[in-house]
Amino acid sequence: MTNYILRRLAQAIPQLFIISVILFVLMQSFGDPIATLGGRIPPRPEDRERLRRQWGLDQPVYMQYFTWLAGNDWQKIDMDGDGVGETPGKRLGILRGDWGSSLVTRQPVMKMIWDRLPNTMILMLTAEFVIVIFSILIGLYSALRPYSWFDNLVTSLSFVGFSMPVFWLALMLMYIFAVNFRRWGLPYLPTVGMFDPSVGKQPFEVLRHMVLPVATLAIISTAGYSRFVRSSVLEVLGQDYVRTARAKGLRSMYVVFRHALPNAALPFITIIGLDIPILMGGAVVTERIFAWPGMGRLFIDHTNRADFPVLMGILMFISIAVVIFQIITDVVYSFVDPRIRLN
Amino acid sequence: MTETTSISTLKTPASVPSSPPLSPSALAVRRFRKHRMAMFGLGLLIFLVLYVGFAGMISHGYCEPIDQELRGEEWANCNDTSLKLQPPSKDHIFGTDVIGRDIFARTIYGGQISLLIGISAAIVEVILGAVIGSIAAYYGGWIDSLLMRFTEAMLNIPSLFLLIIGAKFFGGSLPDFNILGREFTGSVVVIILIIGATSWMYLARIVRANVLSLRERDYISASRALGASDRRLIFSHLLPNTTAPLIVSATLGVAGAILNEAYVSFLGLGVQGATATWGNMLDGAYQYLETAPWLWFFPGTLILLTVLGINFVGDGLRDALDPYSTKHL
Repeated sequence: MTNYILRRLAQAIPQLFIISVILFVLMQSFGDPIATLGGRIPPRPEDRERLRRQWGLDQPVYMQYFTWLAGNDWQKIDMDGDGVGETPGKRLGILRGDWGSSLVTRQPVMKMIWDRLPNTMILMLTAEFVIVIFSILIGLYSALRPYSWFDNLVTSLSFVGFSMPVFWLALMLMYIFAVNFRRWGLPYLPTVGMFDPSVGKQPFEVLRHMVLPVATLAIISTAGYSRFVRSSVLEVLGQDYVRTARAKGLRSMYVVFRHALPNAALPFITIIGLDIPILMGGAVVTERIFAWPGMGRLFIDHTNRADFPVLMGILMFISIAVVIFQIITDVVYSFVDPRIRLN
Repeated sequence: MTETTSISTLKTPASVPSSPPLSPSALAVRRFRKHRMAMFGLGLLIFLVLYVGFAGMISHGYCEPIDQELRGEEWANCNDTSLKLQPPSKDHIFGTDVIGRDIFARTIYGGQISLLIGISAAIVEVILGAVIGSIAAYYGGWIDSLLMRFTEAMLNIPSLFLLIIGAKFFGGSLPDFNILGREFTGSVVVIILIIGATSWMYLARIVRANVLSLRERDYISASRALGASDRRLIFSHLLPNTTAPLIVSATLGVAGAILNEAYVSFLGLGVQGATATWGNMLDGAYQYLETAPWLWFFPGTLILLTVLGINFVGDGLRDALDPYSTKHL
């Protein structure tokens, strides 16, 4: 097992390296980082020069990548442009845990990510929980009555569900439950933000603000996952051991919950395990509409300002999470399902 | 179907009651036509194509600022700021947008671009996926591992993030151009290429798996023994035998591309300029959630209907093209 994990980690390193090169190259023509660095006032030409040198933007791309990767603290940087380096470099590089700092806020990228990650996780994990519960319930019920009117209805609805553009559903929900409920004098839900500043960041307040974004995310994913549960349960119900259990005279529900469901739910471990790292990246569109201060918002806000250290940071963070969770998923799966042997 | 059966029963002697077996493609057509949801989806798509193709004939109006009766795309781009944010009415059945353009006309011409983007991006996706997947599987060895590591790396980055970066990277780098008498902004092509280039990975894996099993078959050895070139083997013998997954992925790819276009445009990184798409009609519309719901309702609903229709058809095709399927016979 240890061998397996170590080998997987060793395989992950070149993969992360390829990802970082692809991303770094794509970041190059992202806009004008100097304009971002200059803030509100357009910098003068001599300031532009100085900023370019200070942030190493005058270097060729491969040198910039190398600095990002391994740092430049052993070099002297030529700050005044006389051809002689005099200011010692301060960057440590991502390999030594320095993720760089934002061109906009000058804060370390890691701090910005850690500030946003909890907001995203509280939203996404709640959504994932709702999705798993509802897709198992709906999928199971459909599978026990295949081709019944309920099953046909759910099949059609799930097609509508995963054909819906996220923003369309979000706007519809907001229009019905926030705008019109208020118009009709019913208790209505808040639409934007994480909490009302006048109330403060209290659990109930955050919960109220979470209802609509969670519903948006859950409806669309439940549509797809419930189909997955249905076909998975249907397959298991056709197996010999289920027939044997029934032939022994066990109660139908006992067979379903004790024998069929645990095996049918196994592939769900893979789905959840591979979902979590993606969830960490947040839902760009949902967070944008509901003005949720999460990772997706951070990403899209800083895209528009060409803040590439932050963008690189977010994307590498997600990529590392994806790789780690892939390994965790495989290991957990082999524990839960003794038929799988890792070698 | 009934016609061919009746003719064949006429020709065969009475002692042999069965008609000759149907060809695989005839079986696939029969399965597709028995698939109720797929037929519904097809109907929906035909309606939408008629809508974007011919509704332009009835959409026209009097454009106040230039004092002219306009029709066609000029009408869709006529902005009369004195009529901005009008709710749906007799003159503007879907209302008007923030600078007073007719939303009905814009959904028609925007729909043409959205469908164009969807179909072209799916073509790019299929070409990339098929070529990369088949080359990796056919040559194997270091070419396979290199291409598959690259594919995995691309899959590891969440697709919307990749799409945003791509759109930002290539955005505005192509000039405007003119096809069939219509002016297109260069960003249409950019979006098509980006969506295609960020969605081929799953398809490449499917094709690779298929080709891996096919290339060990005897007919491939036979063609190779007859001196067929690698290119001929890949493009004439291997890929045609993976058409079923290719057709299904291409169909569903159109739906995915239309959604992706809508998402990047919604985030303000999509098709720019006067060219309308269903996606960029929504850009900024959420600020009018309360005051002007018609801004987002009509283009959003058209996207939903298109994607729904394509998904139904794709599902029907998946069942119909599966030679082992006994469903819907």
